[in-house]
Amino acid sequence: MPAVQETVERVKRIDVDQYRYGFETLIDSEKAPKGLSEEIVKFISQKKNDPAWMLQWRLEAYRRWLTMTEPTWARVEYPKIDFQDIYYYAAPKPKKAVSSLDEIDPEILKTYEKLGIPLREVAMLEGIEPKVGEEDPARRKIAVDAVFDSVSVATTFKAELKKAGVIFMPISEAIREHPELVQKYLGSVVPTSDNFYATLNSAVFSDGSFVYVPPGVRCPMELSTYFRINERNTGQFERTLIIADKGSYVSYLEGCTAPQRDENQLHAAVVELVALDDAEIKYSTVQNWYPGNSEGKGGIYNFVTKRGDCRGAHSKISWTQVETGSAITWKYPSCILRGDNSRGEFYSIAISNGFQQVDSGTKMIHLGKNTSSRIISKGIAAGKSQNTYRGLVTAHRKATGARNFTACDSLLIGDKCGAHTVPYIEAKNSSATFEHEATTSKISEDVLFYCIQRGLSQEEAVGLVVNGFVKDVLQQLPMEFAVEAQKLISISLEGSVG
Amino acid sequence: MALLEVKDLKVRVEEREILHGLSLTVNEGEVHAIMGPNGSGKSTLSHVIAGKPGYEVTDGQILFKGEDLLEMDPEERAAKGVFLAFQYPVEIPGVATMTFLRTALNAQRKARGESEYSTPDFLKKVREVSKSLNIPQDMLKRGVNVGFSGGEKKRNEVLQMALFEPALCILDEMDSGLDIDALRIAADGVNALRTPKRAMVVITHYQRLLNYIIPDFVHVMSRGRVVKSGDKQLALELEESGYAQFEEAA
Repeated sequence: MPAVQETVERVKRIDVDQYRYGFETLIDSEKAPKGLSEEIVKFISQKKNDPAWMLQWRLEAYRRWLTMTEPTWARVEYPKIDFQDIYYYAAPKPKKAVSSLDEIDPEILKTYEKLGIPLREVAMLEGIEPKVGEEDPARRKIAVDAVFDSVSVATTFKAELKKAGVIFMPISEAIREHPELVQKYLGSVVPTSDNFYATLNSAVFSDGSFVYVPPGVRCPMELSTYFRINERNTGQFERTLIIADKGSYVSYLEGCTAPQRDENQLHAAVVELVALDDAEIKYSTVQNWYPGNSEGKGGIYNFVTKRGDCRGAHSKISWTQVETGSAITWKYPSCILRGDNSRGEFYSIAISNGFQQVDSGTKMIHLGKNTSSRIISKGIAAGKSQNTYRGLVTAHRKATGARNFTACDSLLIGDKCGAHTVPYIEAKNSSATFEHEATTSKISEDVLFYCIQRGLSQEEAVGLVVNGFVKDVLQQLPMEFAVEAQKLISISLEGSVG
Repeated sequence: MALLEVKDLKVRVEEREILHGLSLTVNEGEVHAIMGPNGSGKSTLSHVIAGKPGYEVTDGQILFKGEDLLEMDPEERAAKGVFLAFQYPVEIPGVATMTFLRTALNAQRKARGESEYSTPDFLKKVREVSKSLNIPQDMLKRGVNVGFSGGEKKRNEVLQMALFEPALCILDEMDSGLDIDALRIAADGVNALRTPKRAMVVITHYQRLLNYIIPDFVHVMSRGRVVKSGDKQLALELEESGYAQFEEAA
């Protein structure tokens, strides 16, 4: 069955109010008291068995956070968040060190099974036709680190990765086991003082993933983290740190879901990537947090800081994101192109429907010589949503020969939504070459009628046109994610026409 | 039973009546030309038969194989065998022509309760059909009509007609935007699809298309009605005398 039709089949089964991942898992959990104070920061630090330096780091961040105010420049609107009305830590009980999957609460394993996350080793991916010339994806392995509320519950394929010298583990473990690496790199891309939400995250982050790929190693499998918010009123503050040492390569995937809740939940993550000389990091996200119901009630506030540092010469960082969920998205995965001849890429599909608000884009900061960057952004707005692309491309005085190409395309479905493009371009030397292209279009009645006259239903027609619109970006995703993303896109647009 | 029966059709767009009681009967295997000046309602008729939104039928009936066509969704009409070759075929960027053809054909087959084509079977069929129409394979890999010349767009319409095998083809101003060579190629494609079963309604402003697609019947429309019907001679008379005489008659 062609993918388009399959997506439509799925769409038919899913009402706009029936978020597929909206179930709740009934497990005992251990929570810190509501609100934030030095005591809570210490509580979290103690729960994580932090060494003393880590606690110090958190407390400094917390004190700094107290002096900061929330950013208001994004084109999003929401009632003021009461930061004392949030649980900053929730862990599934009983909390003990898990050394194998058998020790994990079977309810949690069931949750991941429902979500289709392969925690059992040898992840068999079903139903994907291999492309000619590529290895059979069914035999490809994906190592998964699953984060449930605040705690990392399982990391698969640890042994096999270890053989290759790749470290892939929850960051709380890395802090204890590889303090030299964590101390060297944590906060080196997104400093604790960076912005309101990143600083908050630095104080209270409870888990996330840590990856280190040693020099010259090509990571033997895709690495993946799956985030799940389960508890009511909890924030999720994960922290991810990926270091690709000289000449190494790693591809990392991230997926997220949450149960349906009437109240808004806060997600404030920080992701830091460091690529040394000749190293390459490919980071892909499929974000599908609960977007709220059809009246705009509930949903996740997704306030995320993601930044990569092309620290070495000839290094490369590539961000690919498919953003379909969250009530509010505030996210700008960026690249600091520090090393000479380094390259940054940003490929984005941001879809908003219902009352969703998206303010997302990227920053390409050219510091080294002959650095290049490429931005391909596809925004799709439907329903009563607002979808903004905000991007900064800047070349430092010494960044001679910097090159950027940006293409921002927006597609409107219906007449109650909005698409906005806010590009900032700064060239501080005359040898920089920046190109910017932007288009905004509407799915025209004529195009839909053409498809329908050929036998497609209205939904199939919209799915077909949208999948064509985002094709350039979908091609950047690892294949198994691309299939999932294509389905997600159609599901997200359910109820957007007619 | 006639294949298509339009009876006393009245159609409004917003508050304005465009068709004021139009009747037309088309039997299997017949080719009908509908001619008329701009604004006479020719394209409105084709859109209403295909089910384009925005038109309000206030009176009359359209029967297709004896069934009430106006009760059906446009995609249902397509699956039943109503095909409209568009005057201005749209572009769909990022969607390969091949993907579009397969999605549409399988959607129609599914609606009719037939099995869907597997990828190899479909490829075989589309290659056969495109070869018989002299359509190059690389056109199928490009986005639907993206960067196509006027002639290529019309050939893509003919290709779809050949692939979907409809019972009724409505060609809306097929000659518009085509030079004489492109017109001949497109018309040859249409002629190759004439069968004793398949009917065609050829809508055109000019007689020249009818030199290539020879009609069995010619109808002249003016101000929302058929004002005169005849055989192909009528088209030649029109070429001589113009539409003015009918404007008055209407």
